[in-house]
Amino acid sequence: MSDQQTFFSNLKCRECGQLYPKEAIHICEFDFGPLEAAYDYDLISRHINRDVIESRPQTMWRYRELLPIDGVPTVGAQVGFTPLVRADRLAKHLGVDELYIKNDTVNYPTLSFKDRVVSVALSRARELGFQIVACASTGNLANSVAANAAAAGLTSYVLIPANLERSKIVGSLVYGTQVIGIQGAYDQVNRLCSEIAGKYGWGFVNVNLRPYYAEGSKSMGFEIAEQLGWQLPRHTVIPMASGSLLTKIHKAYNEFIKVGILQGQKFSVHGAQATGCSPITEAQKKHTDIVKPVPNPQTIVKSLAIGTPADGYYALRSMAETGGSAEDCSDEEVIRGIRDLAEYAGIFAETAGGVTVACARKLIETGKIPRNESIVLCITGHGLKTQEAIHEHCGEPRVINPSLREFEALIANDKAVLEAGLKS
Amino acid sequence: MPAHVRIPAPLRKLTNDEEIVIIDGSNIGEILTALNTAHPGLIERICDEQGNVRRFVNIFVNDEDIRFQQDKATPVKDGDEISIVPAIAGG
Repeated sequence: MSDQQTFFSNLKCRECGQLYPKEAIHICEFDFGPLEAAYDYDLISRHINRDVIESRPQTMWRYRELLPIDGVPTVGAQVGFTPLVRADRLAKHLGVDELYIKNDTVNYPTLSFKDRVVSVALSRARELGFQIVACASTGNLANSVAANAAAAGLTSYVLIPANLERSKIVGSLVYGTQVIGIQGAYDQVNRLCSEIAGKYGWGFVNVNLRPYYAEGSKSMGFEIAEQLGWQLPRHTVIPMASGSLLTKIHKAYNEFIKVGILQGQKFSVHGAQATGCSPITEAQKKHTDIVKPVPNPQTIVKSLAIGTPADGYYALRSMAETGGSAEDCSDEEVIRGIRDLAEYAGIFAETAGGVTVACARKLIETGKIPRNESIVLCITGHGLKTQEAIHEHCGEPRVINPSLREFEALIANDKAVLEAGLKS
Repeated sequence: MPAHVRIPAPLRKLTNDEEIVIIDGSNIGEILTALNTAHPGLIERICDEQGNVRRFVNIFVNDEDIRFQQDKATPVKDGDEISIVPAIAGG
């Protein structure tokens, strides 16, 4: 493959199929449908196979032919290929046979799956000649745009709801980005950014660069398939904010089948939301494709608090096409989900991870995910980013003086110590 | 004073690149009809064949989504700001 070989020819309206040039545009002029990259799959299938992919560095860019940039990636070349962990203790706890965690809490460099989308968006932004990049964000995207732009030497503006978790705000400020807090919910930030993007010639990663940005999420699906030994999990549980990640994992699985890397096989994608902002789940449970927006999201899960999910309609279609379902969970269930993932798999996830675990539990308990079939949970961000949510639910350290006597008195009745004592 | 309608970039080809169009009307439905008279072809971009606002279009009156109000019957007063905004991705 030459460095400059391109495998996508156009942008294409997902609704009417109208073709557009590969510029910084994101919606169809005729019906406002979202634009997507249109690939030459025949060409791609002649260029990649399992051996070629396995010979490349372990980053998301080993699937470069299926990502929409023209040349080599210039931003975020080390992103991705996070661990897929078999979680037997959590599986036992949830009462299932085969459970894996796709662990994007350790994605590079900002500890969330957003580094995947930003890597593509900023590499493309450079190809298109942008000097200033920006985003509307619930926190993780802002962190990733700020970090990756800093590394690439691009100027960045990130717009966030002013009431975000402190660690997510600091996690943007530290990179020297311009952080603008908006008095309002994410949907209002989003609307403002849409208007700013129309007025200024900036590269907004999730507005005018969205067709490129969104495709980065597919890499999570490609990696899951490869790391499972070139096969698909029967069930994948995915958190939903705008619904984009779910649609892109669905697309990734289908693309691997389309280019001959995988045989056709049955799989289901399931969606997870917090009850305080669950417009997509609500529509799925009612069997309608009309996603009713939520005016005032009320949940500790701020990263999923999008009341007007742009890809909700397509997320519903992905679930319907694959026989998947959606669930939602309370804030208490989110906390329990975070604790379960930490205590049974050793992974500290942010609130969205708690949603995924809690909703997976419900899908299992209601029989929508049979206990004997393989399951992957997509865990998308690190728990250190949302410590406020969990802080009061973990207890406090027991404090003593530096004295062996005090230590012995302290642990004398601890269960593990008593059991170990009986064995010895 | 009539309402100010903010036109999104992808539709400005139809408004001679005008970003803000000033239109009379007492509700969103009337505004859209008047907009189409001033700039023919606009309404079919915003509404589907049944006349409903398209799935991927959001309309705001003074920052409030019309879906939380009365959709096309949402009243409009003199001086109101109306924004037509495409749905955008997560973050």
